[in-house]
Amino acid sequence: MKAADNTWPWKVLLAVILIGVAAGTWGAVKKIDYQWRWNRVPQYFAYVNEDARKVPFDAEVVVVTDKGEQTVVTVAGAGSDKKEFTVDTASLKVKKGDELFAGDTIGFVTQWNLGPLTLGLWTTLWLSAVSSFFGLILGLITGLARISKNFTARWLALLYVECIRGTPLLVQIFIAYFFLGTVFNLSRNVCGVGALALFCGAYVAEIVRAGIQSISKGQTEAARSLGMTAVQTMWDIVLPQAFKRILPPLSGQFISLIKDSSLVSVIAITDLTKSGREIITSTFATFEVWLLVAAMYLLVTSLLSQLVFYMERRLAVSD
Amino acid sequence: MIKAVNVVKIFSGKAGVVRAVDGVSTEVARGEVVVIIGPSGSGKSTFLRCINGLESFTEGHIIIDGVDLADKKTNINKVRAEVGMVFQQFNLFPHMTVLENLTLAQRRVRRRSKAQADEKARMLLRKVGIAEKADEFPSRLSGGQQQRVAIARALAMDPKVMLFDEPTSALDPEMVGEVLDVMKQLAREGMTMMVVTHEMGFAREVADRVIFMDEGKVVEVGTPEHFFTSPREERAKLFLKQVL
Repeated sequence: MKAADNTWPWKVLLAVILIGVAAGTWGAVKKIDYQWRWNRVPQYFAYVNEDARKVPFDAEVVVVTDKGEQTVVTVAGAGSDKKEFTVDTASLKVKKGDELFAGDTIGFVTQWNLGPLTLGLWTTLWLSAVSSFFGLILGLITGLARISKNFTARWLALLYVECIRGTPLLVQIFIAYFFLGTVFNLSRNVCGVGALALFCGAYVAEIVRAGIQSISKGQTEAARSLGMTAVQTMWDIVLPQAFKRILPPLSGQFISLIKDSSLVSVIAITDLTKSGREIITSTFATFEVWLLVAAMYLLVTSLLSQLVFYMERRLAVSD
Repeated sequence: MIKAVNVVKIFSGKAGVVRAVDGVSTEVARGEVVVIIGPSGSGKSTFLRCINGLESFTEGHIIIDGVDLADKKTNINKVRAEVGMVFQQFNLFPHMTVLENLTLAQRRVRRRSKAQADEKARMLLRKVGIAEKADEFPSRLSGGQQQRVAIARALAMDPKVMLFDEPTSALDPEMVGEVLDVMKQLAREGMTMMVVTHEMGFAREVADRVIFMDEGKVVEVGTPEHFFTSPREERAKLFLKQVL
């Protein structure tokens, strides 16, 4: 008799548990009488801004050209001062021949501005990307140094890896900013990226080392026996195979880095986390903002996971 | 072509000092096929690996085409380009297609153009009888096919000597023949070959000379007829009794 392949009771159980957790949370929140204000959140992604256009000097309106949605107004002041303004036609406050005083409003320009959540997300993304890039290079060099025949290179790499892995990232960021940043007069962005890259590099180095060592010695021997140099062998034979093998742990490391980058908010880099904190100080929408920030991190890391999954399948063609 | 003078290889590990190759001297002339046989652990593979510098030796000289490997100034990569090697475990590059396996070293070491390298590779694949597998990855090939690709890969460098380190030991029995056929053809074409093998049939049929090694030393050398019919040494007699 074939074992019944019935998974639906387990699916139901899963749904029950998830609904239970959600309901429990909802009930608990109900009890403390929290006022949800989700409607306040979207403006922190992007908002419409009405920017007033004002005359900087006393002037007369000489030309008004209607261009549909927008209107171009040319004003002439005393002497040869001339200036053009482009404003929304609907908000136009002057007509040809008007005398204006310095500071008078000609009209408004409405435009979309990016809100702090979007800008914070962008900061988190470029910070992680730049740190990952330098971390990867640093890790590759350190990983190679760890298995090199040269005593000095091996020990330098080992010391670096041990120092970084043995101290908390938060402390490293403080040291990078308050100590190194002060001594070498570095900007906070340089300190932030530097600390993250150094941190990432140490872990990548161990992953790279393990990856290289996992490639059988026969591969190196075969390449060397064909007359290829050690560098060619590493580059053409060992690293491509090692890369394929270390892709999963490597991507895990980069996903960690995206999350760890939230720590740079302590040195006043306005990343996603710090943006969230700033929004809370002006809205008190604590629950909404932190849940949203978490969801945004989750979105980014899931997208990266998917990308890596896709790459793994691409690389699996030779298996 | 190859001249080994009193080659000694000492491994020193936790288990003590092992003289894996212990004063081996031999000479291989151009076009000669030399088969090295002996019980496992007799140092025959280690000796073979010394000849293309995969293993460094402790004492002695190995002179290939007038170049001494013991000389510190010798560029070992130059020597290796002239000495092809085929391994027991094939060691094909799994992330490259068969064709790329054959062209990589041609382009990197011999500096041939892609077209030249491809042409040479396809010619050699036809020669070893697997031209249709050029664009496959090694993992899709049988053991025998993989070993034939490995031979073609070594040949693509136009080596002056070919070394075979137990080329059929990792193969299923039904695939041994196809690999040996390629090697026999190579021998007939006049390639200088040194073969470490347990295939006594191959030794008897193809070898110009058989070297019997035991405990790191050359125990007996002779033509196949001499060696397989009337060996002088006791150890050689014992070995033959066990394997034949």
